[in-house]
Amino acid sequence: MILIFNKGMNTNMEKDTQWPLWEIFIQANPGIPHKHVGSLHAADAEMALQNARDVYTRRNEGISIWVVEARFIKASSPEDAGSFFEPANDKVYRHPTFYKVPDGVKYL
Amino acid sequence: MQKDEKVLLEEFQSKIDKGVKIEPKDWMPLKYRNQLIRMMSQHAHSEIVGMLPEGNWITRAPSLRRKAILLAKVQDEAGHGMYLYSAAETLGIDRTTLLEQLHSGKAKYSSIFNYPTLTWADIGAIGWLVDGAAIMNQTALAKGSYGPYSRAMVRICKEESFHNRQGYEIMCSLAFGSQEQKQMAQDALNRWWWPAIMMLGPSDDNSPNTEELMRWRVKMESNDAIRERFIDRTVPQADYIGLSIPDPELKIDEATGHYKHGPINWEEFFNVIKGNGPCNKSRLKTRVDADRNGKWVREAAEAYAAKRVIRDDTDF
Amino acid sequence: METDQALFNYLLRLADSSLILSQRLAEWCGHGPILEEDIALTNVSLDLLGHATALLTYAGKGKSADDLAFLRSEREYRNILLAEQPNGDFACTMLRQFLTDSWHYYLYASLQKSKDETLAAISVKFLKEITYHLRHSSGWVLRLGDGTAESHLRIQNALDELWSFTGDLFDSDSADELMLAAGIGADLNEIRKQWTAHVSELLNKATLKIPESSFMQKGSLQGRHTEYLGYLLAEMQYLPRTYRDAKW
Repeated sequence: MILIFNKGMNTNMEKDTQWPLWEIFIQANPGIPHKHVGSLHAADAEMALQNARDVYTRRNEGISIWVVEARFIKASSPEDAGSFFEPANDKVYRHPTFYKVPDGVKYL
Repeated sequence: MQKDEKVLLEEFQSKIDKGVKIEPKDWMPLKYRNQLIRMMSQHAHSEIVGMLPEGNWITRAPSLRRKAILLAKVQDEAGHGMYLYSAAETLGIDRTTLLEQLHSGKAKYSSIFNYPTLTWADIGAIGWLVDGAAIMNQTALAKGSYGPYSRAMVRICKEESFHNRQGYEIMCSLAFGSQEQKQMAQDALNRWWWPAIMMLGPSDDNSPNTEELMRWRVKMESNDAIRERFIDRTVPQADYIGLSIPDPELKIDEATGHYKHGPINWEEFFNVIKGNGPCNKSRLKTRVDADRNGKWVREAAEAYAAKRVIRDDTDF
Repeated sequence: METDQALFNYLLRLADSSLILSQRLAEWCGHGPILEEDIALTNVSLDLLGHATALLTYAGKGKSADDLAFLRSEREYRNILLAEQPNGDFACTMLRQFLTDSWHYYLYASLQKSKDETLAAISVKFLKEITYHLRHSSGWVLRLGDGTAESHLRIQNALDELWSFTGDLFDSDSADELMLAAGIGADLNEIRKQWTAHVSELLNKATLKIPESSFMQKGSLQGRHTEYLGYLLAEMQYLPRTYRDAKW
């Protein structure tokens, strides 16, 4: 393991690099979910976190940051849309408005 | 399952017509993709090169307040370049490649940044005129059809709103200041007016592809329309601070209510685009030097990250 | 020396050090090794400029912060020698930053308890920003020290070059002694201990060697600077000095 310091680890080493791409998620206020705000480049996770702080929270935009290297995100394809999302369209029984409640009955 | 290109194109156009944004993984015509990469990267390059003329005055800003404002503004431009490179990267081209295109001189950036900032008043003029003109363009682009570009533009427009104001504020201080300061302001306006007018691009009859790009909502408005709006808004601002626009033929067209400007020296514009502006060479050299001088830093950070993976060392 | 003159001198020492370092970092704007780092360096520069402005405003003595910043000459500046050293390469800048951030960190941590309420309050605010600066520069010292052979060599050279300016961080004069006695200033001997322990540990972790020579440059408290400061001020002050009555 000790043999591969400096060069071998990174196959990009010969070519100049701008470091890996990271996706940044920021929580703007307590109690709300983190939201994707954009991306940036960083050599490691700590740097990604710091860069996200410097790039995306300069105007009080956040109280918490998540960073994830872009290559670890698996995204659905537009071609998946039919089989993924349309089947939910006719499952009306999942919504409360599907059910009849007798007049005068409360708290349902 | 493969739909034919004609059907895909119709679906694509109908989405755009309905105002649905196109996202990175959606089908798009090759020409649309290429045009967007070209536009976004040119835009990104312009932000990065655009840091230099103003950066030229950071260390000489005349007060602590002005220094802080200018630093924050030029920093924003780095951020905007970064957002735009990221938006371009969603189309599958990486930043290394985009930067290589800039450094080799293959990619273009806005002509305006090839003019020098000779006095402090130029910092005012850039914020007022150059950012003023850019904002016209950018608010339109924020409504464009490509999701990542449009989102980047929304963010940029929000951040840019102070850029224009701080420029005008500098011009006000100078125009209402001493005689020397006022001359400095007028001189800056004289030098930056025409380049600002020209940076909005060639006139419509000289701008190919416009029709298709507008249909695809890549380009939102014609260059001349944006130029007219910019002039209409800017002339009264110059009047207010008692500076005169260096265009003897400028006057309101009674029929339309809009200002009509004198002839634009397009020869100068194309000459600067070709690389013959006063600063083309030095701007590019500065960017190339920064990139070269940074190479060993980027390599070191990668090497260190790789070592830590081997050591399974996760805390800093 | 009167207490208020001593406080004035004390505040100038702090303000000038931040201002000059901010000015140096601002020189990087547009020239950073990668866009993200360009933005990060500017953030640090802006924070330090904010510190200098707050301290100069408080120091006052009938003068505005701008007058103090733009109309004092080389010999009147009291910044640490380290701050005025040229940027050099990124390794040199980051090492200078790390050494100064560490100094700032322990200094303002101590000044949070100053009997001068204003100084104590601004120190609380500064310390938050400085904690971040230190985290940022420490990360880079590790990356460069333990990165590639080239980065190691560059940052070791920077350390060899800059180390002799670190003694100046802890020099004190009669103003410092007066301030310490009044419970306003920090105990520089104590800060030197904390600083030395922290800096040695991190440099060691970064595989860097502290130079053996213990000779230290001095003089900034008496306004005896390196030649670099004159050029820095000439550039920084030229507009207000050329147009004396102008408002900007």
